[in-house]
Amino acid sequence: MTPLLTTKGLSRNFGGLRAVDNVDFALMPGEIRAVIGPNGAGKTTFVSLVSGRIQPSSGMIVFDGADVTGLPAYVRVRRGIAYTFQITSIFANLSAYDNVALPAQRTLSDGRSKGAVKAGVMAALERTGLAERAHTLAGQLSYGHQRLLEVAMGLALKPRLLILDEPTQGLADSEIDNFIALVREIAASATVLLIEHNMPVVMQLADRITVFNAGRILAEGTPEQVRENAAVQEAYLGTAP
Amino acid sequence: MSEASPAKAYGLHLGVIALLFGLSFVLPDYYHGLLARIMVLAVFAMGYNMLFGYVGLLSLGHAMFFGAGLYGAGLAIIQLGWSVPAAFAAGLACGVVLSAIIGLLALRTTGVAFMIVTMMFAQVFYLLILYFAAWTGGDQGQVVPQPARVLTFGATVLDLTNPTVRYMSALALFSVALLITLAIVRSRYGRVLVAIRENEERTKMLGFDTFSNKLSAVVISGTICAASGAAYALLFGYVGSSFASVQYSILPLLWVLLGGAATTLGPLIGTLFMYYVIDITSGYTSAYLLIVGVALILLVLFFPKGILGTIRQRWLGWLP
Repeated sequence: MTPLLTTKGLSRNFGGLRAVDNVDFALMPGEIRAVIGPNGAGKTTFVSLVSGRIQPSSGMIVFDGADVTGLPAYVRVRRGIAYTFQITSIFANLSAYDNVALPAQRTLSDGRSKGAVKAGVMAALERTGLAERAHTLAGQLSYGHQRLLEVAMGLALKPRLLILDEPTQGLADSEIDNFIALVREIAASATVLLIEHNMPVVMQLADRITVFNAGRILAEGTPEQVRENAAVQEAYLGTAP
Repeated sequence: MSEASPAKAYGLHLGVIALLFGLSFVLPDYYHGLLARIMVLAVFAMGYNMLFGYVGLLSLGHAMFFGAGLYGAGLAIIQLGWSVPAAFAAGLACGVVLSAIIGLLALRTTGVAFMIVTMMFAQVFYLLILYFAAWTGGDQGQVVPQPARVLTFGATVLDLTNPTVRYMSALALFSVALLITLAIVRSRYGRVLVAIRENEERTKMLGFDTFSNKLSAVVISGTICAASGAAYALLFGYVGSSFASVQYSILPLLWVLLGGAATTLGPLIGTLFMYYVIDITSGYTSAYLLIVGVALILLVLFFPKGILGTIRQRWLGWLP
């Protein structure tokens, strides 16, 4: 099977800092991949390069067999790379419905019919449990619901690769359980790349884990392999007692 | 912006148009003429609102788009002897071309830089009018000759200098611009424009090409303003450089802020309000601008979202 996403020698400098350093990465279709690492390890920069929000200093990004390195972010979104923001970035003054209608109206090939948009929007809202709040202004939703709205917007894009940047940050434990179930459900139809600090969530969800440290990939493997990896323990989980 | 209540929204707008139509038969001469002028300038404000209210781009150079329509239509008659419809089309075409060029250049910037760049381009436009005074009439301006201001449909001849014909022409232009604006802001395209205003970065990451959406909004906005300028030249018969001066870039901003940015009827209400406050106060005192200033300050204090914007926020959430 060919990977859905590969990067070759991907680097990004910010001044003298090498935030992402020569990263070779491959992601198989259908996988749930977690990216972990200490603060400042380059995780968010890495997914920003993949989504096209920032341009690489060098290296190459291949998505679904095509080189997308030079494509602007909106074209990559249309090819199927959806990105949900680490810091909640919704349209606070628009209703939840309108927030999701934006991605929904763009993905519909049958762009004329209002019914199709409505169905697409309500499907995404129902999957995230927000259907009852469709006409609430997004800015008035609780924080947990705003995070879910981010995911609903990602879903409405019908992505092939959904990048979730710290989706459970700031969620209550009860909300996290629902979230895990939701990500599993999403993974049935899309590949998921997940940046996450919450280790229980990572261990439950991820098929494989990639560990970043100082801009490089330190280790990669199944949750068990990563848990046993001495270098990872040292860099990230702390040295074993 | 929502998929709800199309009947209500269109009903209200058609009602406003019907009201303006009815007013034509009851208003005294002076106010009849004034309202015709206000309707034409309200179209200018509506064009401005398209970009400022819905896309959130504050331009300080829209006088050049109004001026492009004004001179495009006026000079086509004065210098080239074109007919009224051809001159109007020339005015529109000047607006389309100028706004596309300005959009391509100015949209490389945002925020304060966008304000300054648009203002500079408008100054260049203004100075060009003065420079080519032999052709444009410079700061004296030129009068569009009365005999040229007629519309001929076969045997019928409509004289645009006749008050009733002028009023109805202004109303027709106003209605078309209003319904186009309403259709745009209720469409999916309008939803994208509002999304760009609210959060451009997020809109990009939902797969929208925000640059080309903004560019098309500049062209629509500039063209509506040019339509207003062209109609002004044809209906009121005067083409002058003061209409391209910085004052006419700031006026539509004031009208829109007064009436309510991002409301379809706000530009009309703002323009009406401003004209009537000036009209009434200048009857009592020569220091009428002072009173206008106080009125503006009170409005900003108590109606920060403009008249219609505040009404929508407090009572009528469905207003488009």
